[in-house]
Amino acid sequence: MDSIISMNNVNKYYGDFHVLKDINLTVKPKEKIVLLGPSGSGKSTLVRLINRLEEHQHGQIIVDGITLNENVKNIEKIRSEVGMVFQSFNLFPHLSILENLTLAPIKVRKENKASAEKRAMELLERVKIADQALKYPGQLSGGQQQRVAIARALCMQPKIMLFDEPTSALDPEMVKEVLDVMVDLAKEGMTMMCVTHEMGFAKEVADRVIFMDAGQIVEEDNPHQFFSGPKSERGQQFLSQIL
Amino acid sequence: MSLEKQGVATGWNFLSQESGFEIGETLIEYWSDETYLKALWVGLLNTVYVALIGNVLAVLVGLFIGVFSMSPNWMISRICRFYVEIARNIPLLLQLFFWYSLFNELLPAVDQAYSLGDMVFLSQRGLKFPWFMAGHWEIPTLSGFDFTGGGTLTPEFLSLIMGLVFYTGAYNAEIVRAGIESIPRGQWEAAQSLGLTRIQMLIKVIIPQSMQVAIPPMISQLLNLSKNSSLAVAIGFPDFVTIANTTLNQTGQAVEVISLIMIIYLFMSLSTSFIANLYHRSIAHKGAER
Amino acid sequence: MNFGERSGLWMKKNLFSSPKESIVSIILGSIIFAAISKLLNWMLLSATWTGSAEVCRANSGFCWPFLWEKMSLILFGLYPREYLWRPILTVIAFVVLMFMSFDKKRWGLNLLINWLVLGFWTLFFLRGGMFGLHYIESDSWGGLPLTLLLFTFGLLGAYPLGIFLALGRRSDLIIIKWICIGFIELIRGVPLISVLFMASVLFPLFLPEGVVFEKYWRAQIAFILFMGAYMAEVVRGGLQAISKGQTEAAKALGLSSPQTQIFIILPQALRIVIPPTVSTAIGLFKDTSLVLIIALFDLLGSTKSALKDSSWLGFSVEAYVFVGLIYYFFCSSLSRLSRKMERELSVVKR
Repeated sequence: MDSIISMNNVNKYYGDFHVLKDINLTVKPKEKIVLLGPSGSGKSTLVRLINRLEEHQHGQIIVDGITLNENVKNIEKIRSEVGMVFQSFNLFPHLSILENLTLAPIKVRKENKASAEKRAMELLERVKIADQALKYPGQLSGGQQQRVAIARALCMQPKIMLFDEPTSALDPEMVKEVLDVMVDLAKEGMTMMCVTHEMGFAKEVADRVIFMDAGQIVEEDNPHQFFSGPKSERGQQFLSQIL
Repeated sequence: MSLEKQGVATGWNFLSQESGFEIGETLIEYWSDETYLKALWVGLLNTVYVALIGNVLAVLVGLFIGVFSMSPNWMISRICRFYVEIARNIPLLLQLFFWYSLFNELLPAVDQAYSLGDMVFLSQRGLKFPWFMAGHWEIPTLSGFDFTGGGTLTPEFLSLIMGLVFYTGAYNAEIVRAGIESIPRGQWEAAQSLGLTRIQMLIKVIIPQSMQVAIPPMISQLLNLSKNSSLAVAIGFPDFVTIANTTLNQTGQAVEVISLIMIIYLFMSLSTSFIANLYHRSIAHKGAER
Repeated sequence: MNFGERSGLWMKKNLFSSPKESIVSIILGSIIFAAISKLLNWMLLSATWTGSAEVCRANSGFCWPFLWEKMSLILFGLYPREYLWRPILTVIAFVVLMFMSFDKKRWGLNLLINWLVLGFWTLFFLRGGMFGLHYIESDSWGGLPLTLLLFTFGLLGAYPLGIFLALGRRSDLIIIKWICIGFIELIRGVPLISVLFMASVLFPLFLPEGVVFEKYWRAQIAFILFMGAYMAEVVRGGLQAISKGQTEAAKALGLSSPQTQIFIILPQALRIVIPPTVSTAIGLFKDTSLVLIIALFDLLGSTKSALKDSSWLGFSVEAYVFVGLIYYFFCSSLSRLSRKMERELSVVKR
């Protein structure tokens, strides 16, 4: 298989507002893509289309060989193959850290509790938080919570990971601990799509940078080229504002 | 449907039949040879009357007690909280019976009525007071077994109002208190630094702001009091439900009468919350503009 | 600082902070003192402790003989005297479980199951007809056990009904959504009396011939429907308070809609709304008194019937004070429970 995600002529509207315009995009397995762009440019929406937290109106989206449409079974199948990390963590506050990780494997994959917990502990070990397994999300710092959220997504053994501004809600001193986990994950060969403002991370990890503005993909390039000199005027403007 | 088989009359014709019963107190003239429709109308007016007076008093009690329960004087705030605690933890129906029984058991008979300057009289028959009638002031006078002339508040009416106001007033007080507590300390401190007295602070700064928080739950209390006024049936005040109940017993038209009760109250509730929503939206709008 | 100094400071701050406050405190203090001494005088010093109704009437104080005479009628209605131990046991069980509920270590599903068991235990003990217990028909149930039974089953029925209605109100299926909205708004718009009238007068008319539905059960169903609508609004408040991110995170993990509701949304929503849930439950407790209007003899209903005895006329105040204290005991215990839950749960979480 050549591509793991492909989007052909995808359009999305909120009422009259045209959020995404003629999006064409293919992602190869193990590819790392960073989406950049000013706020409101549609990059979060684009990522959320992939596990159908948002629905598109025109065009075709194929994820891991399955076409996204109204079919609920397909959607649930894809969601269990695609992990997602949110800006606001969205851990389940009434469940312990361990339960946060094992809920989906047990309820969705019908896995037995012991094996789900075993894998969960390994993942918590990997994100260096195993000693907090029995605590509740409210007792953890923001950076710890976001690492748990990453582990929770990984616990479903996804083929693709989506990150929607994973460090934007964090205090500055906690950004690094989360980025380190993401860099590790990238090195292991995970397919990743990240919406982020962390330029250092983009330079280090991305195979491709996609710059969006006003619902359109303005520019696609390798990070070296994009950061040394964007072809588009809007890209230049964007870079000059944030750097 | 087994309704016909069970000999239950159906249809709305009964409304135009003669009711044949007297109504103890009415806001408009009514005779027992008039129709059920008229009787029900009299009852509806009584319900609206009780709801209006009850709500006005209950809101006043709520404001008063709510503000005083925040008093720095320990004794005042304790008394207010004690009242709220008692009123909210005893069923309204029991409270109504209690007030009603006070009239029967603690107040004197008519001929030994407590009087205030021989103008106002309080007895088992209720409260009698001078009232402007037919162009001149009438003073109630004892003749035979009862007073004649002047105005009357019957024991049924008084117990109903007292019960409803005592009960709902406590809920309103809690709403007012929660509203006042929702105002950040900074507002008190700002008002204090301007040299306002405590009363001025409350009236000019705190209460106007707390209304935003207090009005929605207050409106649901207004509706509660109105719906609860239907407990009048238990102490014999002729409100809409009491008269509908008599109508039901006399005509046996259960389906019609009970739907009528539900429709009337549903209409009152829905229209009140509709108006309240409009009002609340306009307030919220103002808040957004600021 | 010794106790005297501390209380002196406290009084200066809370009672005598200024001359004006001091005057208010002194006046109020003497009014309270007068009221309490008058009350004690009425209930104890000048009360009648033994004797007949005539002795009581000759005296002006509280008539204790009336309470002794009518106690079992007020508390247990017309329940056959030889089986009185059964309702007594149910009341004890209720009070014990109520106080066990204060222990925060017990909070959870088990406690809920205990209440469910209590409901059926009460029903079984009142009704009998099984395991060698003599059958007592529901028309003879009365007094406090009937109040507690109406309350327990009312709550156990209304809570799940409220959850279903609240979820239905947010359903994507238009028909379900509007049925739920219609039901909730209809019930909340009308007085409880009219729902009880409907249950006692209308239900039987619409039942097929030969089917008899005891009055107790009709009232019980009316309470469940009525309180279900109020519970639905309480639960809805909780559902609205859960952020959209929770649903999104659950969906992103592949959980289905029902799984999301059951494992993620409801557990959080129901916990947030424990205080208003208990307030609604207290409302239900008080509202059970309305069944006397359709001639069931709950605690207040049997009190009313005790007052009708022609040889003991004129002691309503005594009776109402007595049952008022009983209602107060249960309702204020429940609201203390609610305050405790609110406190504890807000500390544990976050």
